[in-house]
Amino acid sequence: MKPDQSTFSLDRRDFLKVAVAAAGVASLGSTSALQAAAAAPSGLIDTNVSLSRWPLRRLPCDDTAALVAKLRANGVTQAWAGSFDGLLHRDIATVNTRLADECRRHGKGLLVPFGSVNPKLPDWEDDLRRCAEVHRMPGIRLHPGYHGYRFDDPDFAKLLRLAAERGLLVQLVWIMEDRRMMHPLLQVEPPDLKPLAEVIKKTPGLRLEILNVLKGLHGQSLLSLLHAGEVFVEIAMLEGVGGVAGLLEKTPLNRVLFGSHAPLFYFESALLKLKESPLTEDQPRAIRCDNARRLLAKKS
Amino acid sequence: MNYEIWDVHTHLAGVPGTTPEERLAKLLQYADRVGIARLCVMMGLKWNYDPTPEFMRKSNDEALQAVRKFPDRAFGFVYVNPKHTQASLDELNRCVRDGPMVGVKLWCALHCNDPLLDPIVARAAELKAIVAQHCWIKITGNLPGESTPMDMAELAARHPKATFSCIHTGGDWERGIRAIRPHPNVYADINGGDPTAGFTGMAVRELGAERVLYGSDAGYRSFASQLAKVHGAEIPDTAKRLIFAGNTKRLLRPILNEKGIKV
Repeated sequence: MKPDQSTFSLDRRDFLKVAVAAAGVASLGSTSALQAAAAAPSGLIDTNVSLSRWPLRRLPCDDTAALVAKLRANGVTQAWAGSFDGLLHRDIATVNTRLADECRRHGKGLLVPFGSVNPKLPDWEDDLRRCAEVHRMPGIRLHPGYHGYRFDDPDFAKLLRLAAERGLLVQLVWIMEDRRMMHPLLQVEPPDLKPLAEVIKKTPGLRLEILNVLKGLHGQSLLSLLHAGEVFVEIAMLEGVGGVAGLLEKTPLNRVLFGSHAPLFYFESALLKLKESPLTEDQPRAIRCDNARRLLAKKS
Repeated sequence: MNYEIWDVHTHLAGVPGTTPEERLAKLLQYADRVGIARLCVMMGLKWNYDPTPEFMRKSNDEALQAVRKFPDRAFGFVYVNPKHTQASLDELNRCVRDGPMVGVKLWCALHCNDPLLDPIVARAAELKAIVAQHCWIKITGNLPGESTPMDMAELAARHPKATFSCIHTGGDWERGIRAIRPHPNVYADINGGDPTAGFTGMAVRELGAERVLYGSDAGYRSFASQLAKVHGAEIPDTAKRLIFAGNTKRLLRPILNEKGIKV
């Protein structure tokens, strides 16, 4: 087995951690590969986690304390958290209040809340206001598939504009799960991505991260969307062997973030993707933390 | 904790390289990075849901070419189409009885509860080869010949002495696990779907860790997302050892012994 070809700028303590982990990888493999991936230096920002309960089954880490423990154990230093409740609940204001409260009560600053806004609900503008002014959230998370609107909907354009004006980072969730295995009574169509680039271009100041989009968006279509504005993607649903390296052959490094989609997905999936791909010196650090840190710091 | 890992389900498709050998070499490079010792490889460079006898032979020739280059790292599964029964039996004999392959791969040509599978399964059982059948339950609609775990349960009931791998555990694993549960000769191959938390835990709870196999479906899938189903599962370490390699080794040992391969 080959050791990780990636190299990092390390202080002595970090170097020893990685060296010990890498020695484990070379001896046999597997959880040591995981440990090596988790032990990389300079933090790990998971931009795609959710709190509360997935509507269709209990998950091993759907308790906030358990999720925090899982994230910490895997080296996560910050997690951008939405709420599963934001998918179907109509009382979005209490969803966001609970989310903010959970993030305060657990993790000692690990969890950063991203409130839900549904632009098809009456007076949704006040939900946006509360996210920014009451809960002091740095961003919001949108679920167009579950909330039933298209990307050429004027309400969506207005929401993006108001979010940009408030300096809120917008997380747009393309899908939550593989549509082939959805519950028969909860089949949610992935929104058509084609109109999205136009609305991004028409929204100055917008910072947009699209979650779970790499399952269906590749090549030129992905590039066009990234070039439409300040648009980012994360790796939770990226697939294919050596997927991260393949993605970076065609995608600007500074637009790729780390995301696990935990607790709906096993957290280890995203972490091991960084291990599986041979990456250059600067790539792991950019994906693990630097890109996300820069993006969050850009709040106008 | 270190684990020995055998991947029961990989492909040459979706991997960089122009020849089968190049692609398997590349696949092994990625496997090395995440600690996988051995791969089971099935099908050639191009895929066909309903292959002709000629396509089957070419596909199997390519898989043979690849595994012969890495005999200490890879095992082959012969790809057959039960609609062409005699041609499939001929391929079984050529690639398994007379060649290095250790299992049978069935995909989407025909629902696997069809009686046309019976002679193929019977021959595979004689040769001690694992029968791996693609299974999926799609709410969006299966392909015309695409099997479900319920189809597999019917087939397994007719062949209690054969060993079956229910590939993908039906995708919709909450139903797939239940469908195969009564049939102890059916193993849940957890490869291919998203790394949805809870999958492996339910499989272990309902089937026992002895009936769960780690596979990836690489290169279409990453090794990473599929390894995570075991690494991330809240199951005992002993169960992880069985799923990662112990069960596959136990199932392959009889045929490997016959071929004089020690593992």
